[in-house]
Amino acid sequence: MIDPLFLTEAAINGLLLGGVLALLALGLNLIFGVIDIVWIAYVDLVMICMYAVYFLVQVYGYPMWLGGIASVALGALLGVAVHVLIISPILSSAPVNQLLATGGLLFFLQSFATFLWTTDHRSVRLTLPRLEILDMPISVARLIAFALAVLAMLGLYLFLTRTYVGTAIRAVSQDREAMSLMGANPQRVYVVTSAVGGAMAGLAGALLIIQYAVHPFFGAAFGPITFMICVLGGLGNMVGAFVASFVMSEVIAISGVIWSTEMGYVIAFVVFIVMIFVRPGGILARRS
Amino acid sequence: MTPARIVAGAVLTLMVAAPFLPLGVSREYTIHVLVQIFIWSFIGGAWSLMGRFGLTSLGHGAFLGIGAYTTTLLWNFFGLTPWLGAVVAMLVTAVFAVVVAYPCSRFQVVGHYFGLVTLAVGEVIRLLIVAERDWTGGSLGVTVRPAGHDSVLAMQFADKRVFYYAAFVLWLAGLLIWWRLDRSMARSAMEAIGEDETAAASVGIRVSRFKIGITVLSAVLTAVGGIAYAQYISYVNPDTLAGIGVSLRIVFAVVLGGMYSLLGPTVGTALTIALAEYLRILFGLKFIGMAETIYGFLLIVFIIFLPAGIYGSIRDLLRRRPAALAAPAGTTA
Repeated sequence: MIDPLFLTEAAINGLLLGGVLALLALGLNLIFGVIDIVWIAYVDLVMICMYAVYFLVQVYGYPMWLGGIASVALGALLGVAVHVLIISPILSSAPVNQLLATGGLLFFLQSFATFLWTTDHRSVRLTLPRLEILDMPISVARLIAFALAVLAMLGLYLFLTRTYVGTAIRAVSQDREAMSLMGANPQRVYVVTSAVGGAMAGLAGALLIIQYAVHPFFGAAFGPITFMICVLGGLGNMVGAFVASFVMSEVIAISGVIWSTEMGYVIAFVVFIVMIFVRPGGILARRS
Repeated sequence: MTPARIVAGAVLTLMVAAPFLPLGVSREYTIHVLVQIFIWSFIGGAWSLMGRFGLTSLGHGAFLGIGAYTTTLLWNFFGLTPWLGAVVAMLVTAVFAVVVAYPCSRFQVVGHYFGLVTLAVGEVIRLLIVAERDWTGGSLGVTVRPAGHDSVLAMQFADKRVFYYAAFVLWLAGLLIWWRLDRSMARSAMEAIGEDETAAASVGIRVSRFKIGITVLSAVLTAVGGIAYAQYISYVNPDTLAGIGVSLRIVFAVVLGGMYSLLGPTVGTALTIALAEYLRILFGLKFIGMAETIYGFLLIVFIIFLPAGIYGSIRDLLRRRPAALAAPAGTTA
């Protein structure tokens, strides 16, 4: 029998990881909901941003907050670049081509990172105070990451509901054709959406690098779980993705403690597949 | 005899004679590359059986992995000949494919959802292989236990030419299956399902039965490809035979070549393998990652500029040209 204290600790860690996963899932979901394309290389953009923070903070000694802002800016830039250079020429192509173009980007970023920075694991070491609650060590870095992730998601919510551009984004995700008929320019909305999605990847990168080491295959490690969360939540469904992030991160954290890390992921995937069959439209979808 | 047939006959003759051509020192290497092209073309063809009907699987690595590992582990631990091992592996793959395909079809998991679900399936198999490291050697992979001598029973031969002809026959068999399916009623049914499931069901097409059937066929053939590859390389590894990387590579090759034509998967596979080998030799051990970087970059460029695939684009061009140049240009054929 496993010590309940371990399980509680795992549950808390799962909750904290869930915040950052939710950020990733929301960014990917936003892009999918609006542009109707899944960026297979989304988490590889996060990986690039993590390297940026690593070099700024750990190698050149800039403060962490500056690294974070730079990461968000870089993410937004990368998002726009991906859209303008890769996505917009193939907007009307077959869905499989669109998936593959971003899949090619995955190969490209992964191996370019290997070429530039080798496969070494690199991490940013911040000196943070230790925190203990009921004999359980709680990582302050994770706590901060969780808080910032939740704040960012709140910000996204306000942006989408309270601003003109946000309303336009939601309108396009609801009905593309009608929006063009109303005289709105979907291309501009797409670029803004890609920038916002990229910025979220940048923020997630800054929040992940203080907890995990970065390496060229980071995207391959975190990518599948992000896709699972998006599908589980219902592609394009923001609230669903949010809930699904915490379900998945708890499954991984707790079964990771009981068995092993790999088994944690295997069980998360099994849960995912079972859930897809129980609720094919997503975790919050109403039965039609 | 039309000119096309003469060309096809010449190419086939060349293929049969290839292992005996005087290529000097590069003969072994050429044969090695050709064997890989045959095996991966066969796998690409298996993928396209599903892919052309809109069932875009991003998890065919799962079937490769199940096939290769089942046969290899049965041989290594129980000494079961790969011939019987292959039968077991095909059965296991078929059952697994039904487990995946039945709910997907029952609950109409299509399009992006299908792609992402299969992607997850591929990752599950890869992670399971890594997690069961006592049996499978984890991420280090496992070597097929050598029989010590040429053995038909163990499917092990020192001479690469044996594998060349085996892979050649396998490839031809794959083409035959593709062609037979292309001519069958099932194709029309699957095309109707790919267009609109509800409409297809309303005219009496058994949607679930066809979708599960095509998935099982595609999965089992992919497993056969995985077994062939494992026996040839005599080493299995979760990263080369399961997971996202290999799954995407299969899809790339097919889409590049063109998935709606008989030879599309072969053309695409030959080009991607040739490209990968060329870049590998060009850079060698000097710039680790550079070859793959260029590979990834070229894939993006190809997909943007040749949406119908290389083979498909060339064929469209050839078809359009006689029409555009009208009757006098009879020399184009």
